Amino acid sequence: MEGRTTTTSLVDTLAQTALFADLSRPELEAVAHEFDEEAFAPGQRVLRQGLSGSGLYVILDGAAVVLRDGEEIARLGRGDFFGEISVFTDYAPTADISAASLLRCLVVPRPEVERFLLERPRVMLRMLKIEANRLRGMLEGLA
Amino acid sequence: MVVGSGPGGLQASYELQRRGVDHAVLSADDGPGGMFRRLPIFERLISWTKPDAPYPRGSREYELFDHNSLVAEEERFQACAPEEMDRSYDVPSRAEMEAALAVFVERAGLRVRYGCTWQATRLEDDGGFTLETSDGEYRCRAVVFAIGVTTPWTAPIAGLEHSTHYVDVLPAHEYRGRSVFIVGKRNSAFEIANSLLPWASRMVLASPRPIRTDVLGHSPLRTRYLQPLDEHVRGGFGTSIVDASIERVQRTPDGFRVETRGTSWPAPLTFECDELIAATGFRTPLQDLPKLGLATVADGRIPALTAFWESVSLPGVYFAGNATQGSAGLRKQGLASSSTAVNGFRYNARVLIRHLAEKHFGVDPPRPIVEPERLVAFLQQELAHAPELWIQKGYLCRIVNRAEDGMRDDGILPLQIFVDEAGPDAVAIAVEMAADGTIYPAVYIRRRNHVTEHQLDAHPLHDYESEGHRDALSQLVGPLLRST
Repeated sequence: MEGRTTTTSLVDTLAQTALFADLSRPELEAVAHEFDEEAFAPGQRVLRQGLSGSGLYVILDGAAVVLRDGEEIARLGRGDFFGEISVFTDYAPTADISAASLLRCLVVPRPEVERFLLERPRVMLRMLKIEANRLRGMLEGLA
Repeated sequence: MVVGSGPGGLQASYELQRRGVDHAVLSADDGPGGMFRRLPIFERLISWTKPDAPYPRGSREYELFDHNSLVAEEERFQACAPEEMDRSYDVPSRAEMEAALAVFVERAGLRVRYGCTWQATRLEDDGGFTLETSDGEYRCRAVVFAIGVTTPWTAPIAGLEHSTHYVDVLPAHEYRGRSVFIVGKRNSAFEIANSLLPWASRMVLASPRPIRTDVLGHSPLRTRYLQPLDEHVRGGFGTSIVDASIERVQRTPDGFRVETRGTSWPAPLTFECDELIAATGFRTPLQDLPKLGLATVADGRIPALTAFWESVSLPGVYFAGNATQGSAGLRKQGLASSSTAVNGFRYNARVLIRHLAEKHFGVDPPRPIVEPERLVAFLQQELAHAPELWIQKGYLCRIVNRAEDGMRDDGILPLQIFVDEAGPDAVAIAVEMAADGTIYPAVYIRRRNHVTEHQLDAHPLHDYESEGHRDALSQLVGPLLRST
């Protein structure tokens, strides 16, 4: 996969992400300035089941797999986010997340997540709607 | 092959030499020092070296007090930085740092081909590389690029190409009576602002991200930030610190017009100024590597690296020095590594070369036996004093493996490697920092490839050699010892 050139900047990539769809250009620039992008080789772990430490990860490019006790339970792609449940509940992640391809994420470190969302209520609302849809999907699965 | 003769390249070359690995060091410069031949622009470093400390120079414990010297096994190669300092500050000047690196090269007998520019890279069918240089071609099995993160990078803002980049800023007196607009609010922007305070008539520093004074209070950079920030906070008109994204820059007959849009105060703000300086950062000069498939982060400025500082997408290409920040590590509590400074990346280089020598050249590191009755005391001593663990908190760890013939010290390795890779039953220790700044020792136990994590108590003086810590460690490593 090509290293991204400066013609598609991090700000452009963020602008295409559902979670950040309501942010203005200056607000997106502030996000890009404040938080780091990390890249993971295929197979590399991003979150670790049972070990402390996580954050909010937003996938900018590539795919990730969710593994519980080594078994794949879900796949995530561009625009998806993960890690927030561990942050909000203050428990270690209950699954591994590993890169399924070269994976790029925007990372909001755990201690920053609350402030990040409180300063950006529209991102928080977007997140809430996405979580609500996930929950509905799970409840329908149970029914 | 090692490319570069700054502190990262020199530390890598020393480590290769010590392990008897044949290598060549190429450098486009005329002498050692890398960025310290030119930068910081106002000649004063921000990283600490305490010439006198509770431990003698040349001891491993002293490294914690000296964040600028390269590290070595031989006492006479160690602690070169304090020797060069005139003690007017407890941080070296640029010239003192450059001199210290030259002394290291001379004492350690490192050989560098200066004035030799790396121009292009070819991947060979056997997995090796050919580097095309101004002095002909070099073939190698693996390459370590120690090429710094000091090539000017100007943010893609319309009109900013008319600005002066940080690296081209003139001596401070040239800005006498001028109004100066600085794009950026990080370290390099404040270095300029601090130096121009006695000369410029007015300064504005602007970037989208607000300054975090709570973070700054704990930062070694605060000496640079405090004065310009103080002027702004007191409501002075001399210096303004503005949260705004820069939308457009235009030349005017007398200077520049800068159009911005506020972030924390969301409205347009327009500034007129005589001088425009871009302190928008730096990049790694990767040349043709991205075309060969090298993945990057931060808008193409930094190579994306594995825990052993190898490209995530181009195997066999390693990085030393400042670019090792491309391997972020676990960042468990959000804490970043010290890989952007000599104090951190000197250890990264040692761990990298140990790995590279073992993987590519069959040079196994020593793994001495730790007697079972000594294990807990050994771990306690490392937690209390190991400079690698203290400087690279939550990033590097010390590992003791259970081998067939007893417990063996596996040395210093990335914590990420310990928690993510399969291996024998083992204990790893690290020093970590919680989000509120509390420093505490952490213990990781691996049994049958399942890793558990244990935090030990913090101590106000970081005394981890206490009885309480001994008992806690004994309990944790007990099962490992019993099964030997």
